[in-house]
Formats: sequence, C-alpha cells, structure tokens
Amino acid sequence: MKLIFNYLRPLKRTVAFGLTIKVFATLFELLLPYILSHILDTVVPRHSLLDILKWGVAMIAAACCAMIGNVIANRNAAKVAKEASRHIRHDLFEATMHLSSRQTDAFTVPSLESRLTSDTYNVHHFIGMMQRMAVRVPILLAGGVVITLILDWRLALVMIVTMPLIGGSVFFITRRGLPLYRQTQKAVDGMVRVVREDCQGVRVIKALSKEEYECRRYDGVNKRLVACERKASITMALSQPLMTLFLNFGLVAVILVGAYLVHGGLSAPGRIIAFLQYFTLMSGAMTAMTRIFVMATKSSASANRIAEVLQATDASKKTATPPLADNDQAFIVFDDVCFSYNGKKDNLSHVSFTLPRGGTLGVIGATGSGKTTLLSILQRFYDIDSGSIRIGGEDVYAMDKKRLHQMFGVVMQNDFICADTVAENIRFGRDVSDEDMRRAATLAQAADFIESFAEGYAHQLTAKGTNVSGGQRQRILIARALAGNPEILVLDDASSALDYKTDAALRRAIREELHTTTVIVAQRVSSVRHADHILVLDHGKVIGAGRHEELLVTCPAYKEISDSQMGGAFLE
Amino acid sequence: MNNMQMGGGGGGLGKSRSLSSTVVDQKQTGADRVRVLRRMGKYLLRYPKTVILALFLMLSSNLLALAGPMLSGKAIDAIEPGRGAVNFGEVWLFVGLLIVFYAVSGMLSYILSVIMVNLSQRIIYTMRREVFEHLTSLPVGYFDTHQTGDIISHISYDIDTVNTSLSHDILQVLASIVTVVGALVMMLSISPPLVLVFAITIPISVLFTRYKTKRIRPLFKTRSRKLGELNGFAEEMLSGQKTIRAYSREDTIVSRFDARNNDAVEAYYKADWHGAMIGPSVNFINNLSIALVTVCGGILYMLTQTTPTLAPILVLSLGGVSAFVQYSRKFSGPINELANIVSELQSATAAAERVFRLIDEAPETKDKDTATALTDVQGEVDFSHVKFGYVEGKTILHDLTVHAKPGTTVAIVGPTGAGKTTVINLLMRFYDVNEGAVSIDGVDVRDATRRSLRSAFTMVLQDTWLFCGTIFENITYGKENATREEVIAAAKAAHIHDYIESLKDGYDTMLTDDGVNISKGQRQLITIARAMLADAPMLILDEATSNVDSRTEQQIQAAMKKLMAGRTCFVIAHRLSTIQNADIILVVKDGNVIEAGNHEALMKKPGGFYASLYNSQFT
Repeated sequence: MKLIFNYLRPLKRTVAFGLTIKVFATLFELLLPYILSHILDTVVPRHSLLDILKWGVAMIAAACCAMIGNVIANRNAAKVAKEASRHIRHDLFEATMHLSSRQTDAFTVPSLESRLTSDTYNVHHFIGMMQRMAVRVPILLAGGVVITLILDWRLALVMIVTMPLIGGSVFFITRRGLPLYRQTQKAVDGMVRVVREDCQGVRVIKALSKEEYECRRYDGVNKRLVACERKASITMALSQPLMTLFLNFGLVAVILVGAYLVHGGLSAPGRIIAFLQYFTLMSGAMTAMTRIFVMATKSSASANRIAEVLQATDASKKTATPPLADNDQAFIVFDDVCFSYNGKKDNLSHVSFTLPRGGTLGVIGATGSGKTTLLSILQRFYDIDSGSIRIGGEDVYAMDKKRLHQMFGVVMQNDFICADTVAENIRFGRDVSDEDMRRAATLAQAADFIESFAEGYAHQLTAKGTNVSGGQRQRILIARALAGNPEILVLDDASSALDYKTDAALRRAIREELHTTTVIVAQRVSSVRHADHILVLDHGKVIGAGRHEELLVTCPAYKEISDSQMGGAFLE
Repeated sequence: MNNMQMGGGGGGLGKSRSLSSTVVDQKQTGADRVRVLRRMGKYLLRYPKTVILALFLMLSSNLLALAGPMLSGKAIDAIEPGRGAVNFGEVWLFVGLLIVFYAVSGMLSYILSVIMVNLSQRIIYTMRREVFEHLTSLPVGYFDTHQTGDIISHISYDIDTVNTSLSHDILQVLASIVTVVGALVMMLSISPPLVLVFAITIPISVLFTRYKTKRIRPLFKTRSRKLGELNGFAEEMLSGQKTIRAYSREDTIVSRFDARNNDAVEAYYKADWHGAMIGPSVNFINNLSIALVTVCGGILYMLTQTTPTLAPILVLSLGGVSAFVQYSRKFSGPINELANIVSELQSATAAAERVFRLIDEAPETKDKDTATALTDVQGEVDFSHVKFGYVEGKTILHDLTVHAKPGTTVAIVGPTGAGKTTVINLLMRFYDVNEGAVSIDGVDVRDATRRSLRSAFTMVLQDTWLFCGTIFENITYGKENATREEVIAAAKAAHIHDYIESLKDGYDTMLTDDGVNISKGQRQLITIARAMLADAPMLILDEATSNVDSRTEQQIQAAMKKLMAGRTCFVIAHRLSTIQNADIILVVKDGNVIEAGNHEALMKKPGGFYASLYNSQFT
C-alpha cells in the first residue's frame, strides 16, 4: 500500500483536484432525494405549478452537475492511474533487468513475470477504482447521514442503526468467503496440474493404455475442486439475500417509525419517501465498501510483491584484490576459486587456471559438473566465495560491470532469440555497423542461410527462434557474440546443433581470423580437442587439465568420454 | 517450420509441439450463436426438475419483492392524512405484510442461490469430465499440434465462463424480464400517464449505451491487445535476462519496454476516458427519470388534491408517488444492465464454442470390429513399403521396408530434428501409415487392438515423464497391481533402489511438480524401473546421453543393457557401441530414412552418408 502512495505523491495536485470534484458531485447526488421530499411536502401544498416546475429544474440541474462532476473526476482518476502505473511498471521492469543473478534465482523468472503482468495490472486497476469509489462511498455514507439528520434526525436514527447491520454482515461473510476462494484456487491448480501432466505425458499414457486410470485421477481432482467451489459459492450466496433483507427491514422500520412521527406531528410523509431513497443509496454504498475491501486486499498483496522487487538490494560484498600488471601470458587467471549457489555445497571448488591472451580454453564435463557456473562467475553474474578472478591483471570485482560485460561476446546454452529481425538479433540493441554485422555472420557460418531468406537480414524471427532450425539459431547467436568485436568470446555448448563440418569451419574461422581469447564449454570432445588448454570438471572439481593429447594419457575420465563419443558427432 | 513438422523437435517423443497453435477464432454469426446456445441449454435440460424448481423460486421471489413498493406506498397513504390522523390499523397491516413478503422473498432467493450453486457445480463437473475423457481419447497428433496452455485454458477458463453464464446470466436475464415487466405493470396500475416519462428516458438510455458501447468496444480490444503485447515483451525479455546482462543491454531494453508500456497505458487511458462517461451518464438518466417522475407526480398529486372532478386516470396519491419512484428504479436497473449481459453472453458463447470444438475433435479411430488382441508376442516387426507424412502433401517416409527378427536391435541414427521419432510413432500406432503396412508377428497393427499392441511395447523416453505422486506409484504405473517385492526388484535392476532407500520416505516419497526434487539421471532410472516392471516383449528406447554425471551414466547404461536383453529393440541411438552392435541401422536425414543396414554393410557402401560421416570423425 505504501508503494502506491509513494507513486501518487508526485500526482497529489491532480489527485486532490479530482477528489474535490468528486466530493461535490456526490453531494449533488445526495441533494436529489432532499429536493424530492421538499417538492412533495412543501411545494405541492402551495398548489403552484410554477414552483413545482422550478424545483423540478433544480433537481435536473443537480443531476447534471453530479454527472459532469463524476465524468471529470473519473477521467482525472484514469489519468492519475495511467501516470502512476506507467512509472511503477517502468521502475519495476528496470529493477528486474538490474537484479543480480542470485536475486533472479530467488524470485524465479515466472514469479517476476507475474509481478510485471498481473500485479501491475491489479495495481493500475486499483488506483483508478480507489479514486472513483473510495471517495464516493464515504461521502455517500457520511453525507447521507448528515443530510438525513438535518431532514429528520429521529428517522435518521433508525437508518443509522440498520446500516452497520448491513455492512457488518456483508463484511463478515466476505471475510469468511475469501479463504475459501484461496482454497478453491489451490484446487484449480491441482486440476490444471493433472491436465498439464497428461498433455505432456500423453505418449506414455497411451503406450501403457492408462486412459481410464487418468480419467479416475482427474475425477478425483475435479471432485475436490467442485467441492471447494460449492462451499465458497454457498457461503457467499448468503450475502446478497441477507443484505436485501436487512435493507428491506430497515425500510419497513422507517415507515413504521415515520407513521408515529407523522401522527405526532414531528415529521411529514414526503420525508419518508426521501428516506426510502437515501436508504437505497446508502445500502448500495455499503455493498461497494465490501467490494473495495476485497479489492484492497488483493491489490495490497500485489503492491507488496512489486515493492519486494523494487526494494531488493544486492550490494556486492566482494572486495577486490589489488591489480597486477597486464600480462599476455596470463590474460584470464582463476586463482583457487570456490563458489556455491546455496552456501552449503561448493559448486566449484578450488578452480585455478591461466589462459594467455588469444588462447582457447576448453571446458568439458557432465551436466551439473560446474561448466556453466564457471562461465557465470567469469562474467561476474555471481560473487565468488573465495579466490580471485583476473582479466588483464585486473580483479573482475574492481571493474565496472558495464566495462566488464563489454569485453565479452557470449553464447549461452539455449540462448535467447527475440521476436525481431535477424539483423536486430545480431545487433542486439548495440551500435553495430552493417559491415560488422555481415562480417560476424560470415564468420559464424550464418551468412549463407541468412542471405537465402527472401528478406535476408530483415527476415523476421519468432520468439525463441522457432522458425529456424537449431543449427541456424546457434549460428545467429554466434554472429551476435562476434558482432561486438569482443576481447573474450564465450561459447557455452553453442555449436551442439551444428553438423561436424560446419562446426569445424566455425572453429577454424574463429582461430584464423579473429585471434580472440575464447572459452568453449562443450559436451563433445571434438569441440574442445584443439583448445590450448582443456579443463575436465566433475562435481565442481578440476579432475584433469592440459591439452587433448596429454589428457588422453593423464585423465581416465577424459579418455572415457572421448572413446564413447568417437563417432558421436553426427549422431547428436 | 521444417523442424516441427518432422516431429523431431530437438527432443524426445513426449514433447508437445505446435503445428497450428494459433487457432483462428472465426467471428461468430448469429446462427452460430443460436446453435451454441442451444447446445449449452442441453446441459441445463439434463436436470429438468431442478431447472423448473429454480424457475419457480425465481419467479415467486421476484414477484414477492415486487409487491414491496406497492405495499409501502399503501402504508404511506395511510400516513398521509398527517398529524393525529394516521390510520394505524392500515399502517400495521401493510407493515406486517411487508415484513412477511420480504422475509419470504429473501428466504426463497437464498434457497434459489443454493440450488443454483449446486446445479452449476453439477454441470461444471460433468462438462469438465466430458472434456477430459474426450481428451484422453484423442490421438497423439492432437497434443502435438495444440499447445498445452490452450488445452488447459479450455478446460478451466472456458468452462468456467460457460458455466457462469449458464447458472447466472440466464437466470439473470429471466429475472430481469420478470422485474421489468412486473415493475411496468405496477407502474401502469399506479398511474398510466406517469409511465410516459419513460417514453423519454428509456430511448435516451438505450441509444446512449448502444452508441457508447459501440465506440468503446474497439478501444477495450485495443487495450487488451496492447496489454498482451506488453506482457509478451516482458515475458520474452525476462527469459533472456542473462543474455541482456551479458551484453549490458539493460538500458536499451528498458527503453524499448517503455515504448510498449506507454502504448499500453495510453490505450488503457483512452478506453477509460470514454468509459468514464458511461456510469455517470446512466446515473444521470436515472436521476432524470426520478426528477421527471417527481415533477409530473407532484403535479398529478396536486391536481388530485385540488380538483375533485379529476379524471380517474390522472388520480395519484402520495403513496403512489413513493411506490412509483421505487418501481422506476427497479424498472431502469435491468435495462441499463442489458448491454453488460449481452456482452457477457457473447463471451460465453465464444468460450462454449471453443469447448465444443474440443469435444467435437475426432477421437482416435476405433479399433476394427475384427481387431484381435496380440497375444504371446514374439517380437517380429515388419515395415513393408511404408509411406507416411504428418501433413498431407509432405511425405516423410517414402518407401520404408525393414524386417526385424525377434530379439534384434534396430538403431535409428541421425542429426537432431531429423525425424527419428517418426518410426516410433508408427510402431506404437500414434499415427497411421498412409500406404504400406507395419506388422507385428505378421499381424498388421491396424488389425490388432491398440491396447494389446501398445502393451507389447515398453518405452523409455528422453523426456522422462513422472507425475505428481509417490515413487511407488510412478514405478507401478505400467502394472497397477504389482507387489512391493516386484517393485523393489525392478528398482534394483534399474540401479535406483539404493537411492530410493536413502530418501526419508523411501518408495513413498512424493515427487512434487514435475519431479523437480530429484535429478535428471535419477528420473531416468525411475522410468527404466517402470519399464522393467512392465516387462513387455518389445522395447522402444531413446538413448539420451550426457545429461548426467559419469557414475549415473554408467548405471543408466547398465540398466538399459539389462532392459534390452532378449527383447526386440528400437533404439534412438547416440552411443557408438549401441550403433555398431545393432542388427539394423536406420540412418535418418531430413525426415527420410536414407540408408539402412548393419554397420559393416553401411561402411562398405561407396559414398554413403553414414560411412562418410563416420570417417570424418577420424580426420
């Protein structure tokens, strides 16, 4: 909630303006039954047609004022909501883009997604609705009480007694209902899970002829869901009739008390009619109050989820070691680096290596052995726990992040293709000349197939690049990495979908034309066998290091992988 | 596109692929809508007694409530004489009647709500069950061509929408009709001339809302579209967050996001700006009616008092004015709501059509009447002159003939996405061949029952499929009444027993969502245990490699070797040893089987694809 007020603060003048207008508009609305009772009790007995018409015009004028005021105020509210949510969404997106990897992992991407989409939407909706209803409702209630007190304080007391009953009953029913709806939502998730599982596992289900079993399993979750829904709906079903009943009983009480008051000469019949109107207006306001309550609960949860992201701070606690002189023979240096994602088990332990400028490092090992982790900490996506990483003599923790990242050209596993042109996917928002882009595509062995598209580089790719083959996708990504003329090229399993010949041509191009320092992570021995230095990782530890030929002798695990993969390149 | 149609999709068999994921929502015509509505109505008519009871309750509760303003008007008439002259006998009579009427009406409407909740839950339950049961009868191709998310939204969101409209809107429409007609009749009975006021306000209201909704609807559509684009962009960029960070492109992406954000909030604002008119305007028209009723009613009331010879039709008492004002609110309420209800019904028919489209989807062709169950399968498999394509006009297998003797191994090799899974789709009869035949022990698979055919195979896929349940349940999935001892034996054979035992709950450990709490390799071993337990004479194996550390990898290899022994095996092969030892190697490229034979034969083939690639490994 505090978040919303923070974003409304710069708009406070606009908000104040709208609210003032809204107050007046609501007051005009409240005036209508008053005039009605005045006409019936005071004007009609005067028997003056003109007077009746005059007061009739006054009524219409009041109605007009109410309308105009409400329209202006509602539009103002829409404007405020627009501005506020524009800023909230911008700040939230910017914050998510700048979250550290560790924070992203903690929030999880799907959760960030829903914060950016449905939560900001809820808040937007809420800011608009708050200004429209949250003012109108108290004014209707308070104004109604004041006017009815002026009109006839005794009758007003009858009303004031029944109002809390209406509000209270609706409030309590809603409060009982809300947790039931949460349960229902859980049951929905359970049902959806079964459907999702079955859609994904349809082949296994059919292969084992388990259709009937799945139907029974679904029936279970379906029944549970229906039971939850029924309970929640029946609980809530009480509120409408109960509210109407209280309202109607209140009306009856007004008539009855009114009868005695009129009999005693303390009231007039027209006032009773006016009271019946006020009653309807105010009980409407009570219901709206409940809706605001539900809405506010929902939105404040959303607002808190947004605030969590905005307030997430991740000060890098790592202190940098003093710089050493740049040394071509020791361009990238890992010195006894340890790192753990969760702080319990080391995902990399005591990793050390030295790579000369222009050299190629190959990293090989099974999934989960720490290959990708090594690349992540090289780019400082995560802070290491101990040891040091230097590039060109400088500790990466002493470098400006932006400068650090500009040194790299990276292709990650299952890297990201956006729904845009090939050219834009290679440029990736950077200032890359046409010439550089084409050169990068050529080196990445991508120029041929790109030029075979009818629109060439303007060829539109779909999200995740589903309209090109896996190998084409990888080559576009490699072109992206090369287009920035990086000092360090990082390829994480980047050529796994390329056939052997293309892969070889690519490696030759990089080696002969670029002389870039390169780090290649692969599962294929053929991708790393020409590297200057190869690390073999297993469970975060270096179990072998050296050239291909050396490792075949010194590292049995490497030899095993190599042997089992001979012939494997064209099979995977 | 290529990649998808061939059914390789860079992954195993179980992956859902989208061929025509964007189902074009055709615009519904009036006739379509009526047809859909009629079909929706059929669900209600399954419970005729409940529906009639509900209608009766709705009618009586509304009519009772309608009597309220009339009675209160009569009470006010009894008060009207004023000071010292109030007729308390009548006041008490009408007040008493009011209390009874309102209490009964309230009770009836609560009972009605409860009945409707029960009715709608029964309908929604049946509908979901029908849709789901139909889903399980659909061919695998349906799941290959439809996204899981779409299917889920049909079975949850769409059915909910349909149900809301069945159980709520339809009743609402009927209740509104009763209220409008009832209020009109009551108003006519109080003062026919006063009703003329509505001759002015109702047309204004109807015309205004129609005009406005017509203008606003496209704005709201734009608003949803823009919001959808924004959400899509945000989701896409979040998925690429690491890359964006690696290239330090945060600021560029944020500014692109801003452009879309601006579009979205402006579209929202534009719709709101126009939408802001509607509420206050409708309110105004209501207030206008009340003002006119007050003025005209006041005049008539005055005339009634001053002119004793007034024509009876013009006579109006104070209570009459009061009742009339209350009726006018009841009268205009539903009319103002009309536009809303209509649009709700439209979205309901659209949702219903999507649900019905799924229900109408052709299920797997039934087994032939003459189909026999395969028994005592030896495992002799024949593909003879098979021609097949997923899409008409795009033949993938042109003329495939393979003969596999019982107990032999067929290795299917080729680059990722080349269509290796096609052969398996045909074997399991997930798809039917276009020409030629696949036969098991000499029986055409189309002449066997699907159940017996499929149970003759056991399958271990690359995409290990485990469901949310215990490990025990997951292993016994293929053999429901297996004993604990059998399960343990299978797990031991799959080298996963020790691991399971090391878990706190052992075999009763729950595998939560998609089994994320155990490693990939262990999941694979559990599916192997499942296959061991199912114990079928033929095996389909997707030999996934290198997803696991070397120790688990060795365990998997050993388990698979055990599984293959003595069975006719179709292996999507990745390991050289498997390939070299296979009796037949099918080399698949771009969806075609381009070479077939054993290793030696293929190596001897001059200029062969297999041979050239094999040799290129050593250069």
